[in-house]
Amino acid sequence: MRNEKPKTTAAAMALAFALGAGMVPADAETVLRIGMTAADIPRTLGQPDQGFEGNRFTGLTMYDGLTMWDLSSSDKASTLIAGLATEWKVEESDKKKWVFKLRPGVTFHDGSPFNADAVVWNVDKVLKQDAPQFDPSQVGVTASRMPTLVSARKIDDLTVELTTKEPDSFLPINLTNLFMASPAKWQKFYDTAEGADAKARSQAAWAAFAKDASGTGPWKMSSFTPRERLELVKNDNYWDKARVPKVDKMVLLPMPEANARTAALLSGQVNWVEAPAPDALPEIKQRGFALYSNEEPHVWPWQFSRVEGSPWNDIRVRKAANLCVDREGLRDGLLAGLMVPATGTFEPGHPWRGNPTFQIKYDKPAAQKLMQEAGFGPNKKLTVKIQTSASGSGQMLPLPMNEYLQQALAECYFDVQLDVIEWNTLFTNWRRGVKDPSANGSNATNVTYAAMDPFFALVRFLQSGMAPPVSNNWGYINNPKFDELVTKARQTFDPAARDAALAELHAASVDDAAFLYVAHDVAPRAMSSKIKGFVQPKSWFVDFSPVTIVP
Amino acid sequence: MFAYIARRIVYVIPIVISVALVCFLLVHITPGDPLVAVLPADASQELAAQLRSAYGFDRPLPVQFGLWLWRAVHGDLGNSIATGRPVLSEVMRAVGNTVMLAIAAAMIGFTLGLLFGLIAGYFRDTWIDKVSTSFAIAGVSLPHYWLGMVMVIIFSVQLNWLPAVGAGPGGSGAWAWDWEHLRYLILPAITTSVIPMGIVTRTVRALTGDILSQDFVEALRAKGLRETEVFRHVVKNAAPTALAVMGLQLGYMLGGSILIETVFSWPGSGLLLNSAIFQRDLPLLQGTILVLALFFVLLNLLVDIAQAAIDPRIKRS
Repeated sequence: MRNEKPKTTAAAMALAFALGAGMVPADAETVLRIGMTAADIPRTLGQPDQGFEGNRFTGLTMYDGLTMWDLSSSDKASTLIAGLATEWKVEESDKKKWVFKLRPGVTFHDGSPFNADAVVWNVDKVLKQDAPQFDPSQVGVTASRMPTLVSARKIDDLTVELTTKEPDSFLPINLTNLFMASPAKWQKFYDTAEGADAKARSQAAWAAFAKDASGTGPWKMSSFTPRERLELVKNDNYWDKARVPKVDKMVLLPMPEANARTAALLSGQVNWVEAPAPDALPEIKQRGFALYSNEEPHVWPWQFSRVEGSPWNDIRVRKAANLCVDREGLRDGLLAGLMVPATGTFEPGHPWRGNPTFQIKYDKPAAQKLMQEAGFGPNKKLTVKIQTSASGSGQMLPLPMNEYLQQALAECYFDVQLDVIEWNTLFTNWRRGVKDPSANGSNATNVTYAAMDPFFALVRFLQSGMAPPVSNNWGYINNPKFDELVTKARQTFDPAARDAALAELHAASVDDAAFLYVAHDVAPRAMSSKIKGFVQPKSWFVDFSPVTIVP
Repeated sequence: MFAYIARRIVYVIPIVISVALVCFLLVHITPGDPLVAVLPADASQELAAQLRSAYGFDRPLPVQFGLWLWRAVHGDLGNSIATGRPVLSEVMRAVGNTVMLAIAAAMIGFTLGLLFGLIAGYFRDTWIDKVSTSFAIAGVSLPHYWLGMVMVIIFSVQLNWLPAVGAGPGGSGAWAWDWEHLRYLILPAITTSVIPMGIVTRTVRALTGDILSQDFVEALRAKGLRETEVFRHVVKNAAPTALAVMGLQLGYMLGGSILIETVFSWPGSGLLLNSAIFQRDLPLLQGTILVLALFFVLLNLLVDIAQAAIDPRIKRS
């Protein structure tokens, strides 16, 4: 009998502990803590910096565009859907004018209404230099992504007319990059801002807005510590009820070093990291974390010089290089599965893929035969020089990957020389082109690119008018067929027909072996097994709204 | 003493101007476009020209330097190209975090360094000396970022005792001097302290050994002073040089370590420099380098004054 009481007490305590430990209050806050690869919080004022990682975390979370990407599927290519505009069409009489119907009943986080005035205001913030809200710091990352947009005009409260400088069927796609910030909130800051003149007050207002932002997106800013953390809370009043976030809060933490991100995940400081350290993947899996990856609209290429005297002017050489690389070996070996072999800019299943007749695959005998036909062989190697970087955004593992290509192509009678320079310099040289002294005698450049929209994926490289200094046709490709197909795609306004024209352009570029297509990145991310409902689409972006955290 | 301080302050002026000129020019002669943070490579030529003009990069370099220096003298280091935020506030916030880390690291590194150095010097060529010297050699030889990663793996990932990254559960803006926050400081501070610990140990060991072999020490012993008294004289003689070395080490630490702060995501001046370099954010880069260089100049000035106060021979010379 004497032992019963302690036993009962112990049992009661154990039960209480077990219940306490296992019990989660119904109103417990659920928090996503994400380690980003960015070294700083991307800009929060509406037009993020730091490329598409910026758009992923501080663009699409707090803001919406007139058009958006469908991020709901991991199988299908991410396609364009309605956002703050419900429908749009080009004017039949003047193909430079578009009419967008706006979604009714949408409000900004500060409660002010979203309407045509807000659209005009947001277009003017990057295009109209005499507008009070014009902000040069937002122009670069925005105007270049919608290069033909000229102006916006209100027709009525829920209708707006956008004008382009030339007929451009890509406009609705480009508008995914223009995020709608709240004019009312900005005006409030502007009215109280201090500054010597209107420009200074405008800058001060944008600085204040960045710290207390207001968009229409599914997440609202709750606190912001520059360079350290951004906290977002769910927007219960989001206009798309299906996309009201299921998690209460999201904390974004910049962690540029891959090992630091991985350690933060493994030690439980964060429950989600972007791009974990590749050599830690086995441990991450072994500890029960979930790993996600999917083909991203990203291409890791060699972009060839096509100026007079370039060895790449011979299509047999271009095709031989494409056939001489064992991409599956690269994927399974060096990159531990974290890439998709590239057979073009777009892979089968993508609406802009088309039907190229040249099949990019590993076929060394065919590659050697092509090189021999071109006049090269074991005793007469073709020397090519590639400019690349030792690191850089989207470059994956540039040096080891280029050395892999160097070894692979040596078997097809190429003598590959690498000119390794710093990433930002390489990026700047990209714009200057092969004729510039900065190319340093190279006849190919290795700058990875995003392939989210037709301009970025195809036009800027293939159209002859995009040669430096206009845009990124680094190697001065001048193919009348490409030019004709670009014009056709740009002036085809039915979405399905436009996609068909783009597919035709893409197929033509693959048939011409315009690039050495090597890999697509797969945007690896690792997260706690308690995180459920995440879908990794074939996109640079993700939708955080359906994510849940189980206790 | 006053004349000495005044003279040293006058010397500082041309140094500061030279530092400003060098840090302005250095970042301008590096290749790459200063607008890369806000101007994608696919931006039109017209847009590039428009932004170059808006940011003042189309002006001649001497004009840019003159304007920058004039504003800097008035406490305005301009705005970051990438974030639009004032450089001065960015730098001061980061420097504050680095100072916190540097002081914590200095407390660890200097204490251990002095201890090991004095012991090693006093017991020269004994096993005690060898053990202390081994610590010192390890300290200056191990890559500190590697040590940081190893400590993170052991203490954060495997043992889960200390956080791996960051400056507090709510960031440095919500810093408090309690255990919940201080645990974030431990690993980066230990990692940062390793090199100064090694250098101070080696310096103090050499000084102690050298002073102990001098005639005046024999004289002190011959006068019948106890060994602790003799040791006090040795410490006093070693102090000016040790202080100079520690001052320089503190200066290095106040400059922030890009590697350590990146490994631990510590929001200090090293991480800020890292970000500014990768984003080609010239105003931020120039402002950060200038402020850190001025810290160094100021610290050297203070060390010189402290040395003169300790050792009157310096003042007289």
